[in-house]
Amino acid sequence: MWKSTPDTKPTTTPNNTQSLPTPARPSLEPVRSKEFQNEMAHIGKSVIIRGELSGSEDLYLDGEVEGNISLLEHNLIVGPNGRVRANIIAKDVVVHGKVDGNIQGHDRVELKKSAVLSGDISTQRIVIEDGAFFKGAIDIRKESGKSDSKKEMAAAASAGTGYSSSSASGGGVSAQRSLVDAKFEPKI
Amino acid sequence: MAPDFLKFLRGSLKAGAAPASGRAPIRSQRSSSGLKEFSKHIGPEEPRVILDLGPTSPTNLMRLTGMGHKVYNEDLLTASTDPRYLVKREDGKVDLSPQDFFAESLVFDEASLDAVLAWDLPDYLPEALVKPMVDRLHRALRPGGVLLGFFHTREAGSEAPYHRYHITGAETLDVQVVEKFKLARVFNNRHIENLFHDFKSVKFFLARDHFREVLVVR
Repeated sequence: MWKSTPDTKPTTTPNNTQSLPTPARPSLEPVRSKEFQNEMAHIGKSVIIRGELSGSEDLYLDGEVEGNISLLEHNLIVGPNGRVRANIIAKDVVVHGKVDGNIQGHDRVELKKSAVLSGDISTQRIVIEDGAFFKGAIDIRKESGKSDSKKEMAAAASAGTGYSSSSASGGGVSAQRSLVDAKFEPKI
Repeated sequence: MAPDFLKFLRGSLKAGAAPASGRAPIRSQRSSSGLKEFSKHIGPEEPRVILDLGPTSPTNLMRLTGMGHKVYNEDLLTASTDPRYLVKREDGKVDLSPQDFFAESLVFDEASLDAVLAWDLPDYLPEALVKPMVDRLHRALRPGGVLLGFFHTREAGSEAPYHRYHITGAETLDVQVVEKFKLARVFNNRHIENLFHDFKSVKFFLARDHFREVLVVR
């Protein structure tokens, strides 16, 4: 169920230099992935959650969620087994699995080649790998004052709307789902 | 989404990236007069709302959003193969239901789109969906909005492959062969004019590679 990923020790250092003090040099790994490796909650693939999922830490989600996901200033990775029927609000969102719902990524949204997204994306930066399936709209927001964005996200989160998929002006297909308290249903 | 459809989807996308034969994906550059005209309409001057009906193309999405436009993507052809839209008729025959299909596809408010990239979709889409699709696009496009479509000529032959189109410039396309779909029909010019009968104008651009590019103005 919920667990923090264990601290990972660097494994890329070659054996012959392992014991030597190495000068500081820029990492070859993207900064983002390094951030994601730190203290990240983990929802395994056998977990099903119905309701509202919120938190104040980064989350790796490989299970199923139906409802809402709100991480505000934190990052979300939907793993390859992840199945989400929810609107997502987070800082950075990386999708490997399947999402039915709108994604609001404060900083960045990334669709990996295995991603299947049906819903709208609103973000400042977007990365889409060739092979990703996407049905919906992409709206790139201009960078604005951080406080404004925070207010927007807080307002969106407090609105507590259920999963919905909108059409061009938001008046088309819309499926509102009633929210219940978060319920954990491990698959047997 | 049905599991079978997901499997198919991943299969088709894999096919797009690398054909089953193991050959490298066939891609070529192509200049397009229709796209040039289309680009003039959307321009970078003001943000537009653009619908891409082809398979998801990161190149197109990045390029168009980079120009400040809002972009919708609906891969109608892949969606049309979803078994959820199949219904069993009284005579036992299984058929695609346009009603079910359009209950979940091309759901846009009236006059909410500025431009549509239809590519060569009408040549491959199941017959029952073609006219309803055009009617829906007519409704969704604002007056003055444009649609870019590509239509094969008879010389292309029945084995003409389906393509993914990646916009690489104001008038250049990177064309990628997708071996998953077969040509369903070939329209002649009269058919094309009839198809877009309700639109304000239909402009043809003849190409040397067995294509007619068509820019339709709502």
